[in-house]
Amino acid sequence: MIDVIIIGGGIAGMEAACTLHDFGFEIIILEKDKHLGGHLQNWDTLFPTKRNASEVLDHYVKEVQKRSITVYLNTDVTSVTKQDNGSFEINTSREVVFKCKTVLMTTGYDLFNAERKEEYGYKIYDNVITSADLEKLLQTNKGELRSPSGNPIKSVAFVHCVGSRDEKSGNHYCSNVCCVTGVKQAIKMRQLLPEAQVFNFYMDLRMYGAGFEEMYREAQEVWRVQFIRGRLSEVAETIDKRLQVKAEDTLSARPLRMHVDLLVLLVGMEASKATGDFAQSCNLACAQNRFVETADFHIASNKTNVEGLFTAGCAIAPLSVFDTVNHAKAAALTVKEHLRLNN
Amino acid sequence: MNKFGFTTAKSRVIEYDNMHNKLLDYIIENEPSFSACLSCGSCTATCSAANLTNFNIRRLNIQIRHGELDGIRQEIDKCMLCGKCLLVCPRGINTRNAIMLMKKGLVSLELDN
Ligand code: SF4
Ligand code: SF4
Ligand code: SF4
Repeated sequence: MIDVIIIGGGIAGMEAACTLHDFGFEIIILEKDKHLGGHLQNWDTLFPTKRNASEVLDHYVKEVQKRSITVYLNTDVTSVTKQDNGSFEINTSREVVFKCKTVLMTTGYDLFNAERKEEYGYKIYDNVITSADLEKLLQTNKGELRSPSGNPIKSVAFVHCVGSRDEKSGNHYCSNVCCVTGVKQAIKMRQLLPEAQVFNFYMDLRMYGAGFEEMYREAQEVWRVQFIRGRLSEVAETIDKRLQVKAEDTLSARPLRMHVDLLVLLVGMEASKATGDFAQSCNLACAQNRFVETADFHIASNKTNVEGLFTAGCAIAPLSVFDTVNHAKAAALTVKEHLRLNN
Repeated sequence: MNKFGFTTAKSRVIEYDNMHNKLLDYIIENEPSFSACLSCGSCTATCSAANLTNFNIRRLNIQIRHGELDGIRQEIDKCMLCGKCLLVCPRGINTRNAIMLMKKGLVSLELDN
């Protein structure tokens, strides 16, 4: 029987697969997409180093290939059921039933659908895009960067906490990485468009990781990005496709108004739909925020309430690439220990 | 005779379009740390002038960022240049130098009022 089936071939799944393979276990990765890599495929650069995301992606894909780890692409998991002998059966969109001793869920996250914050005009106004759209734009853009409507960009505003820390979106939690993403992207815009003004509208700036605060200061001091403490109330389009935004400058206790050529919504992370799809089939406990609940947040953050079913990465909470990779390595050790005790 | 007519209240909205920031540019050019302010307020908390008058060095930074220079000359004059503020600033901003530059900039850029 297969030792470990890993559900999700993003960086968490690939990292854990390689480590478990090197421990001598037999692994299968099930990935719903047609490629390995998950969301990382869609990012242009990574904070705080600003390196190309493709370097990290290519590294992991090569490592998986080098080990000839079996990967099933285009495979949607529909149920995970625990057998009386403690093993698992996994049903997918394929006909075969996969059987394994343990399961590692690295199902990641979904991006918040910004259309749900209608007042910001995503998919209503041409020049309102999300942080993910901007990464795609930066990946493919050659030459001068223009707004989606084709206008030159003289001013850009970033909106923090779109779909996070917001009861109105049903997401009360912080998505952790959008603040630093906003800072990274703001710097990038100033680099590409030296004449443009860049504004970041924030509620709090959460620069929790190594190198993040330094990047924030770089944005202020070197790139003169203007950070405004206040949450946008609404956005309206003008006849020339510019966007009028309104907010309060809470530090001076006065309303403010400005026109920008591009508005970027820093969308948050939600528990992936894929997790929800099969969580019930194995009685997997999820927290109030819909992410997987770990057995013990401090001591056993790779274990779930189901023995033999493990998890890593953004399945448990919004995490950076750095944290995801480390959590995945820890998961490999946890799975190894379990297999050693139960074989 | 009573004056007759209408007056409209000046809008309190901060208009970012076409904002002029000559003084800010001048200060930042000579004291780049000025742009790193977090609005934490430590400077104002320790400032003797702020304890006795409505002078507020943190707010001054924001006003200058907004290009709002009305009456700031009189404000700056309340500062005693004691330098306590720069001892507490977590970002290591030379706030006293920034105030000196405000004074100089207002004169040399002829923004004085
Ligand atoms: S990381 Fe920043 S932008 Fe993202 S939800 Fe948290 S506070 Fe908001
Ligand atoms: S230098 Fe001026 S602003 Fe700073 S503490 Fe002294 S009086 Fe206050
Ligand atoms: S102490 Fe420094 S960072 Fe804090 S408000 Fe004053 S100048 Fe800004």
